[in-house]
Amino acid sequence: MTVSIAGLAVSLLLVAVAAGVSLVWRLGLELSILWAAARALVQLLIVGGVLVLLLAPERSLWWSWLWVALMVGYAGWTARQRAPEVPRLLPIAATAFLAASAVTMAVIFGLGVLPLSSKTLVPIAGLIIGNAMTATVLVGRRLLEELRDKRDEVEARLALGQPSSQASRPYLRAALRSALTPQIETTKATGLVFLPGAMTGLILAGVDPVSAVLVQAVVMFLVLAAAATTTTVVALGVVRNLFTPDHRLVVPSRTAS
Amino acid sequence: MTDEGFALRDVVVRRGGRAVLDGIDADIPADGITVLWGPSGAGKTTLLRLLDRLDVPESGTVSYRGTPLDELDVLALRRRVGMVFQRATPFAGTVRDNLAVAAPDADGEAVRRVLGRVSLDADLLDRGADTLSGGELQPMCLARTLITEPEALLLDEPTSALDEGPRRAFERSVLELARDGLTVVWVGHDEEQVRRVGDRVLHVGEGRVTT
Repeated sequence: MTVSIAGLAVSLLLVAVAAGVSLVWRLGLELSILWAAARALVQLLIVGGVLVLLLAPERSLWWSWLWVALMVGYAGWTARQRAPEVPRLLPIAATAFLAASAVTMAVIFGLGVLPLSSKTLVPIAGLIIGNAMTATVLVGRRLLEELRDKRDEVEARLALGQPSSQASRPYLRAALRSALTPQIETTKATGLVFLPGAMTGLILAGVDPVSAVLVQAVVMFLVLAAAATTTTVVALGVVRNLFTPDHRLVVPSRTAS
Repeated sequence: MTDEGFALRDVVVRRGGRAVLDGIDADIPADGITVLWGPSGAGKTTLLRLLDRLDVPESGTVSYRGTPLDELDVLALRRRVGMVFQRATPFAGTVRDNLAVAAPDADGEAVRRVLGRVSLDADLLDRGADTLSGGELQPMCLARTLITEPEALLLDEPTSALDEGPRRAFERSVLELARDGLTVVWVGHDEEQVRRVGDRVLHVGEGRVTT
């Protein structure tokens, strides 16, 4: 199944519907909606072009790895832009993405769930890093808020002689729980409430539904593991940056951020 | 010197470009209760936090019993020097859980003894810490600090939120602890209270400390 250029043009009517809603309700979002749609289209076309180059049969797998490295860098930069109040988030996020990629790819490719090729590596890495980026922003912000709001409690623990790793643990756990819960809820509702993107795409592209379901199941588990690994690495990294080596809490104040 | 508690030499702390403590020298003996007295915002709490290394000075030296704090293991220091904060900070769980955070291996006898020292009933042990009254919370925080068996106690306006009765009871507990040999540094600004509890008073104001 393919979509023609004319079909794509017709589908822009749907963007017009969204912009129309904004106009009717005077939301002032028309330009934003048009810009988002245009940007998404251009980005997808560029990525499509790059994928054609990357996925060419004679192309070395190293090009795909290079693409993955670029995604890690860009996602880390985006995470930092979205949560600028979290100190030194870029290196923490990059480390977390590498850890999440290593864990999930070791299972997916190392244990032979999918064969390692450009066709599998690029989309799988994209899924992992995309989800890891969202999880990074969630857990980084939440942990900073927890430690800032509960500063008195944390310092009372430090004053009892607890090392920073121990004094921060209850707040780290709260942040991890709140960052992972949406992912778990999404996983629970899959299939019953909505058909996830990968599966929808595969079915539209003509793959039989059972194969699509199996791929989607693998993708969901992969996203869960990626979110769990990322949030853990990010939380530990943020804690490391918010305490000094001599166990003092140095949370930037709200006004400073 | 056997009676040396804390010593500060030429200590400077700045906040946002302003010197909160501006080259202070002070000696806090090991015996009795030393009150740091002065108006709000004078730097009393900042000075107290330096003694537990929750803050570090920009320059100068803070020593405990003759050793600069930066040469001591900070975690060991904080178990030797306990601190009770102005705002009571109960942790999640029961009173027993709170004491266990400070001393996971403390036996029942130690727990009862420490509650006795702060005039709290042992029946409170299984109550949720967040259900305690204002007059019970701060003594519980004191008990939580005492169960680590510190040599010195830093108190940051610990009774500012207490009514008269619990305030006097808290003072009696601390006076008794000082009599038993604990070094006590008490930050306060209530003149009456300073007279009641202080063996000596250091006045903190305009970035300086005077006796």
